[in-house]
Amino acid sequence: MASTYTKQVMNSTDVNRSVTRLAHEILERNGGADQLLLVGILTRGEPLAKRLQSLIQKIAEVAVPMGSVDITFHRDDFRNRLVVPQVKGTNINNSIDDKTVVLVDDVLFTGRTIRAAMDELNAFGRPQKVQLAVLVDRGHRELPIRADFVGKNIPTHEGEHVEVQLKEVDGKDQVSLAQFEGDE
Amino acid sequence: MKTTKLKKQVVLKGGMILDPIKETLKKGDVLIENGKMKSIGKMTPTKSADVIDCSGLIVTHGFCDIHVHFREPGREDKETLDSGSLAALAGGFTRVCVMPNTDPPLDSPESIRYTVDRGEECPIHIHPIGAITKSQNGKELTEMGAMLSEGAVAFSDDGLPVTDTGMMRNALEYATMFDVPVINHAEDLCLKKDGVMHEGKISTQLGLPASPDITESNMVHRDLELTRLTGACLHVPHVSSAKSTDHIRQMKKSNNKITAEVTPHHLFFTDEDLITYNTDLKVAPPIRTQADQKALIKGAKDGTFDCIATDHAPHTIEEKEGTFDLAPFGMIGLESCFGAVNRVLVKENKFDIIRLIQMLSVNPRKIMGFETDLFTNGNPAELTIFDPNKKWTFKKSDIYSRSHNSPFIGEALIGRVRATIVKGHITALV
Amino acid sequence: MLQQKHLLGLEGYPAEDIQTIIDTAFTFREVLDRPIKKVPSLQGKTIVNLFFENSTRTRISFELAQKRLSADTVNFSASTSSLKKGETFKDTAQNIEAMKIDAVVMRHPTPGAPLHLTQHINSIVINAGDGTHEHPTQAILDMTSLHEKFGHLKGLKVGIIGDISHSRVALSNIHGLKTMGAEVTLCGPSTLIPPFAEDLGVSVNYNVDEVIEWADALNVLRIQRERMGGGLLPSVREYRNLFGISTERLSNHKKEIVIMHPGPINRGVEIDSSVADSDQAIILDQVLNGVASRMAILYLLLGGKQEEGDS
Repeated sequence: MASTYTKQVMNSTDVNRSVTRLAHEILERNGGADQLLLVGILTRGEPLAKRLQSLIQKIAEVAVPMGSVDITFHRDDFRNRLVVPQVKGTNINNSIDDKTVVLVDDVLFTGRTIRAAMDELNAFGRPQKVQLAVLVDRGHRELPIRADFVGKNIPTHEGEHVEVQLKEVDGKDQVSLAQFEGDE
Repeated sequence: MKTTKLKKQVVLKGGMILDPIKETLKKGDVLIENGKMKSIGKMTPTKSADVIDCSGLIVTHGFCDIHVHFREPGREDKETLDSGSLAALAGGFTRVCVMPNTDPPLDSPESIRYTVDRGEECPIHIHPIGAITKSQNGKELTEMGAMLSEGAVAFSDDGLPVTDTGMMRNALEYATMFDVPVINHAEDLCLKKDGVMHEGKISTQLGLPASPDITESNMVHRDLELTRLTGACLHVPHVSSAKSTDHIRQMKKSNNKITAEVTPHHLFFTDEDLITYNTDLKVAPPIRTQADQKALIKGAKDGTFDCIATDHAPHTIEEKEGTFDLAPFGMIGLESCFGAVNRVLVKENKFDIIRLIQMLSVNPRKIMGFETDLFTNGNPAELTIFDPNKKWTFKKSDIYSRSHNSPFIGEALIGRVRATIVKGHITALV
Repeated sequence: MLQQKHLLGLEGYPAEDIQTIIDTAFTFREVLDRPIKKVPSLQGKTIVNLFFENSTRTRISFELAQKRLSADTVNFSASTSSLKKGETFKDTAQNIEAMKIDAVVMRHPTPGAPLHLTQHINSIVINAGDGTHEHPTQAILDMTSLHEKFGHLKGLKVGIIGDISHSRVALSNIHGLKTMGAEVTLCGPSTLIPPFAEDLGVSVNYNVDEVIEWADALNVLRIQRERMGGGLLPSVREYRNLFGISTERLSNHKKEIVIMHPGPINRGVEIDSSVADSDQAIILDQVLNGVASRMAILYLLLGGKQEEGDS
């Protein structure tokens, strides 16, 4: 599908500023790094969580543990679609009981991914709190889910796609809006 | 017969040296030092040497019989490993393989070990052949691997055939792992029934129940085909019929893992000799017709048969003295062997003496994987000295076995063993 | 995701699909390490375990896999003596179909029975062992374990030791390993190696020490005691001397070799206790991978939408 337009919304500096602010906000809201556990949602949530982890290390001089989740098994469309899980898979080594789990993802859209991630977390224990940090919130929720920490709000309409590119995965940091031909 | 220890230096002087490997027959002397081969050729013996005059005689490799029954354990009244050794020495045999149909049979690594240990005490080399099936019951394979480690050299249920074809297949299949010969006494027992001799004009004349040649040849053919299927080594024992000879000859054209033996009595006698109801001629497989005898001689000539083997089978006088139907099958044969085969093959059928000696020494050793070149310097001396032309009549006093069931008594033989050298000793016959 | 609807055997099974199953199995290994070992992927799906032959281990492994995927499981054990061959098999199959089952996991003593089943019902059929023919899920878990240990299957040298001619585990392993580019040597008593084995693309060697020298891993098969003392094998003692993976034998070879066994083990016969319990043996990993790989197989065969037009 050819895109009819692509518009850069955040450049590399913008991305990094937002991520830094997210790190500060997480620390502020939770009164420090005590009992925090960062969990990145694969694919791009994971490198984001890693960045937050090292930023928190620099700011508060605390090593916050992190893990990652693959939501494949808890997708709510599993009855209709067969998705082969990623080889990397879910990786949570620490107990999540009584922790404040901060889920990290690149884009918050319908909220279904977050619901699946919370279901996946259920298999590991019972956190004290679950918070959500996203780089971009593009609206259009289909479930009652909200983010606690947002990098940038980017209102979109149907047919538009938010593309997040990260250095670790795509070679550069950038957020763009794209519209594809044939979409309504 | 007198056995003495070899002196430090012994020279066998003035004889003809027959080398069955190089296939030469020429004048020469043999020097044996400390019981080992030192040199062959023309030599002047030292003063201290024991010189044995071999003029008019042939000096060659010790004979090897790969098919004898020494009845120990169980029927020591018929033969023991010691008495069997004496019979062997009298016949020029330095090495034998004993069949496992003893009581109990040699069907376990323990019994093989027993035979090997007992054999060490005997004046000749004795190798046990292990049974194919436990108790020779035709149902369960023996522990071939373990038995080979203890010293078994081949496997056979001889005395009895392996009747179940599936079992024979399994035995051959299993033995391919070890590449040793499997020897099957080929006789269809259902066809044989109570047959005591060859089924032909003579058996009808004598009124004795008998079995036809296909009793043997059918099973020989079966075994040959199974060998082709499995790739095993097969050695066909005591072939008695023209048909079997033909099957073997044919199969050998395309398969080099098949060997076969023929006995002196099948070459020497025919069923016509049984006219006197002599129980010493009652053997299994039976002695057949003149036509079969001719075919066997031809088979020996053209290499269908690799070796001579006596199937030396001692039975007591009491057993053989009964009526023909009740007497057990078998005759002794070690002492009379050379004189008989030399007469039939060399003197009467234009056999080359070198070829005969190959059938008595090199070939049987090759089949069993024994050392074949006995003339190698440094090898312990294992030699037989014989008179190739001596005419003599086989008498009871020529027998050294515990048993005397020999139909050769009274027969004119040509060629006689004069001395046998093995295990550091020399046994001289009159 | 997988090209074939059923899993009847590994003969002709595509290499990409075997790799997909192995990769997915690793993901499910992680699920088995969680406190709550459950994912909802097969919720609402019904699977029948149809076992015409006794097997506790394989059945439990399948049941666990099914339950961890939130499927509903039903067990059917039948003794062959109570079944007249042919007629009742068809009846059983059609009864299942009438109950609207999604998949059948079947173990049957007759080679070809699972294929036969697919001709009578529409459900997905997974072969849990058909007589002396194939046992594809075992081979898959074996390959998953080898992949876990070595990181790859291509070029790996695997020796299969034991009663090959009566082993469905051996045959499936031969097909699977060859497809994935490994080399296989069979070793066992010549009476227990099928004729024409080399035609399958494997080597045959009766000398187990030579095979140990050559191989990266050994798959040691169970010797059934029923085979002893008959026309095929003389005794346990002889088998152990010639082919047993004993402590003495391994200590004669100064090399690291991975030891596998499908279980149950005859300690002291085909393998010594100390070998089975050593670090070289990955037997317990095989068991765990058994559940994980069966989860992967069920997930990939049953997950997602049912095809249109099914009853």
